[in-house]
Amino acid sequence: MRKTCLEEIYKLAKKDKRVLFFGSDLGAGTLEQFKKEMPDRYFMEGISEANIIGMISGLAMNGKIPYLNGIAVFLTRRCHEQVLLDAAMNNLKIRLIGNGGGFVYAPLGSTHIAFEDIAIMRAIPNMTIIAPCDADEMRRLIPQTLEYNGPIYIRLAKGGDPIVSSPENPFEIGKAIKMKEGKDILIITTGITLKLALDASNILKDNGIDSGVLHIHTVKPIDKEAIIEEANKVKVIVTVEEHTITGGLGSAVAEVISCANFSESKRFSMIGLPDIFPEKYGSQNSLMEFYGITTDNIVSKAISLFKS
Amino acid sequence: MSSMKLDKISIEYRKEILNIINYSRRGHIPPSLSIVEIIRVLYEDILNISSKNPFWEDRDRFILSKGHGCLTLYVALAKKGFFPKEELYRFCKSDTILGGHPEYIKIPGVEASTGSLGHGLSIGIGFALNARLEKKNYRTFVLLGDGECQEGSVWEAALCASKHKLNRLIAIIDYNKMQCYGKISEVLELEPFSEKWRDFGFVVKEVDGHDIKALRKVFQNVPFDDKKPSVIICHTVKGKGIPFLENNASWHHKSGISDEEMKKMFEGLEK
Repeated sequence: MRKTCLEEIYKLAKKDKRVLFFGSDLGAGTLEQFKKEMPDRYFMEGISEANIIGMISGLAMNGKIPYLNGIAVFLTRRCHEQVLLDAAMNNLKIRLIGNGGGFVYAPLGSTHIAFEDIAIMRAIPNMTIIAPCDADEMRRLIPQTLEYNGPIYIRLAKGGDPIVSSPENPFEIGKAIKMKEGKDILIITTGITLKLALDASNILKDNGIDSGVLHIHTVKPIDKEAIIEEANKVKVIVTVEEHTITGGLGSAVAEVISCANFSESKRFSMIGLPDIFPEKYGSQNSLMEFYGITTDNIVSKAISLFKS
Repeated sequence: MSSMKLDKISIEYRKEILNIINYSRRGHIPPSLSIVEIIRVLYEDILNISSKNPFWEDRDRFILSKGHGCLTLYVALAKKGFFPKEELYRFCKSDTILGGHPEYIKIPGVEASTGSLGHGLSIGIGFALNARLEKKNYRTFVLLGDGECQEGSVWEAALCASKHKLNRLIAIIDYNKMQCYGKISEVLELEPFSEKWRDFGFVVKEVDGHDIKALRKVFQNVPFDDKKPSVIICHTVKGKGIPFLENNASWHHKSGISDEEMKKMFEGLEK
């Protein structure tokens, strides 16, 4: 996913001189071709995120479109104030691309695990937050970021994630994708947990339960219309995210459905990291399993809510 | 410490600041008074700007990184015609454009939203890099507070400006040696200050920050080096021009200023 993302940025830069690439301290050889062919627009600025956000904001104020790649936690936690005041308050076109969204850096512990990046960024007015589900979706997303107004945070997954998106579903920033329609249960997800939701939906079908799946790649601004439309058809709604349930996708969906004032009551559950620091190391998958961010847990939560 | 006698124009600037305070009865007065001469010289003699075209691409850029000193900036911008003078007297009112810290876009002529310290130099680096990318000759001036230089981000920016050899980026420091709580030297010492900047790769000049002629001369001569950014350390007095405010930490920010205090400030202003 990251490779695709950087390749697409390179292509944008080739055709548009406003595009600049920034890194803090990325792996050796990152976007070597970009550096070779467009050296004056390639910047590797060191472990100084607060300064980098300020400088790319200064460039964006002068019409440039800087793409900054770094580890997700350092782009969201470390320089939150610069992102909020220098970039977002002025609605500037900066693009923050966070490596290791979710539990990718599980073995490195809470200093590196981006379990609350979406919550942090959701609190910032003007911010757009996008968590693509796979590399193909990333390829459809990046070209749209060129003319899109305001700051964008893009959450990257580990890479090599199974392809679950389809070109038949047109991608538009801010528009949720209805992956499956259902009349009993609605599973709402973002990023790579879409795969878990689709698998869960198939198992539910085998159990005689008809479930829909809504992919919210753009967590902010959230597609309220799509959520209300799909939620209206079902009795049970389950959100799934590789993120804390405090302030993430589940919270965003809860805000939408609780204000929708449906005439019939709904049952609702959020699957994600509870309001704690991750306690285990291991791998992305083992951590997700430990906290129940799994296909099996989606199925059992959905069934128990549906049958209760 | 500067003992410069203020001329008529400098006193007029200060009188206008007090006129504003007379309406708002609140604000950062001493941090604004220490930068009057710096801002006056920049706006009257140095900056190539146009109030008719605030976003003119070739303009010089000025960032007030110590955003709390905005009273002086607002007076200078009104004098240059960026907005009507009457707006000054609505400072901090509900529907004014002039808040207690300056905001980009909202206020014509303001180049960056500042108020939280340690942001302006990095934004200025972005402006200076843009000039290089676009092969433009404009200069970027960033005025920082001395207390502001306690922020780590200032030194991240200093490393960066030096790395990129941004010779048309000029940091200016309002070195009044005071911060909100009291003396810089007692809260978190900056000395040896000029050596620090030199070690970070800057050309360092020091000047009396209330001496109009000296300021004019040093600003007119930037850049000082083809490959280095510059810093101009201006030795100033916090609250300069109103004796009972000078170096008086309890006045750093005031609200609910009384009629009696207003009278005392007007009377204290050097004649």
